[in-house]
Amino acid sequence: MVIRGPSKLLYHIPILAGCLIMLYPLIWMFFSSFKDNTEIFTSSSLFPSKITFDNYLQGWKGVSGVTFGTFFTNTFYVTGMSIVGTLISCSMAAYAFSRLDFALKKVFFAIMLTTLMLPFHVTVIPQYIMFNKLGWINTYLPLYLPKFFAVEGFFIFLIVQFIRSLPRELDQAAAIDGCGPIRMYWYLILPLTLPALITTTIFTFIWTWNDFFSQLLYLSDIRLFTVALGLRMFTDSTGESSWGALFAMSLLSLIPVFLMFIFFQRYLIEGIAAGGVKG
Amino acid sequence: MDALRAFVRNNWVGYLFLSPWLIGFICLSAFPMGFSFYLSFTQYDMMNAPNWIGLSNYAEMFTADRKFMASMKVTANYVLIGVPLQLSFALFIALMLKRGIRGLQFYRAIYYVPSLFGGSVAIALLWRQLFGGDGLVNSLLLKVGIEGMNWLANPGTALYTLIILAIWQFGASMVIFLAGLKQIPNDLYESSKIDGAGRYRQFSSITLPLLTPIIFFNLVMQVISAFQAFTSSYIVSGGSGGPLNSTLFYTLYLYQQGFTNFLMGYASAMAWVLLLIIAFITALIFLSSGKWVFYQE
Repeated sequence: MVIRGPSKLLYHIPILAGCLIMLYPLIWMFFSSFKDNTEIFTSSSLFPSKITFDNYLQGWKGVSGVTFGTFFTNTFYVTGMSIVGTLISCSMAAYAFSRLDFALKKVFFAIMLTTLMLPFHVTVIPQYIMFNKLGWINTYLPLYLPKFFAVEGFFIFLIVQFIRSLPRELDQAAAIDGCGPIRMYWYLILPLTLPALITTTIFTFIWTWNDFFSQLLYLSDIRLFTVALGLRMFTDSTGESSWGALFAMSLLSLIPVFLMFIFFQRYLIEGIAAGGVKG
Repeated sequence: MDALRAFVRNNWVGYLFLSPWLIGFICLSAFPMGFSFYLSFTQYDMMNAPNWIGLSNYAEMFTADRKFMASMKVTANYVLIGVPLQLSFALFIALMLKRGIRGLQFYRAIYYVPSLFGGSVAIALLWRQLFGGDGLVNSLLLKVGIEGMNWLANPGTALYTLIILAIWQFGASMVIFLAGLKQIPNDLYESSKIDGAGRYRQFSSITLPLLTPIIFFNLVMQVISAFQAFTSSYIVSGGSGGPLNSTLFYTLYLYQQGFTNFLMGYASAMAWVLLLIIAFITALIFLSSGKWVFYQE
């Protein structure tokens, strides 16, 4: 059903115009980050009259002697640990649910699916009290340690769906060759579920990188701040006077997520679509 | 004894692999939920022991706390206006892209980009500039001769800037719609064409009915997540929910009560009311689905 002829162009024009409207705020932020601070407000032209990198130099200095270098390093650390934790714990649970037999399996699976729907607000206050008692406020532990206990049930579900689509004959053949369930997980199932694990990695990366609530809750020492907290702090301390520097740092903060999207777009799109069509 | 041994032999591998999730479920979900339910009947500031006050927190919410009622109204408006508009845009663009257009993947990626960044602090800060008094929106309006205003300082318009931010992120729903459209067999369209059906008839008799399960799924997911929106209202209003509580999302008020006023009991009660509201609305959508969701076979 490919549309041909002169009408083809007529289809592309509104769609391209829509793209421009959608992206315009981001494009405008990009060009503004190279503008002089006064020009951002006075000139209505998209392009800077003179390109300046001052905003980037100014912004990178951060707040009270802590640079954005620190904020980025901190965010990468929290994100990295969250990914490791999610991959290990969710793939283990998914393997148990899809390939192993044990008492109460169906009950636990139903419980796991129910927790997907729960607003996290019903657990966040007791968790805060617990982590406070343990002396974990102002550490990264409350941010990534839960990920080692498969709190993101969505990924268990995603990996379960994927493992179920793998042929059982593979397991049987491996079992005949004397492969036990633990080695089966490590040598057979994990390598074959790689696409689902990549999807899990990308989503965990984006969600942790964009997270704000839990970072706001648990971190108050500026040296521990993530990029999200750093950006907020930056506006509070400089006020509305340095939009240019703020745009520059905001833009930098979007780049890691953007790169993930560029390189792994297929996995991301398939992950979203799988949640909808199979679910 | 033998029965126990047999039970362990048959189950230990399964529980070994399940153990991270099971420990997490008990320590980070089940126990905290019970604890938070208990706290919702107490007054607790983290300094002194919780003080049992029965249903007082719940009673105060619905009878005396005007800020709570304001946050309910703001959140209801946000969900009722934002979600239908967001889903309509998602469906509209998905239908435009589906008509055998070249470069589908490219366009899909572009329209998805706002969803990628939309929830971040960086974008919420950008929004603060865009809709501010001397922001981009006003300078564009001025070009066509319209005098703008400070959209964020006006209680009548502030919430709409957040709704626009939510609609802007229709990408995820659009991707799911596109996947759903792909599942509709092409011969349905071809045979209906032979029977003389026009484009509108095809849409209303084939596309829309076959897409209702996907609309249903998107609706449930977006409603649940809209109720829990936080970052945009916190950043755009500077944590206050102002002006005049017009952007005070439910979750922002919960945060203020729990973590700035240290009314942990009250905040816990609010969390349970939120859970009940979401459960009730989800149940309503499920119950209504028999009337409008069309399942093949």
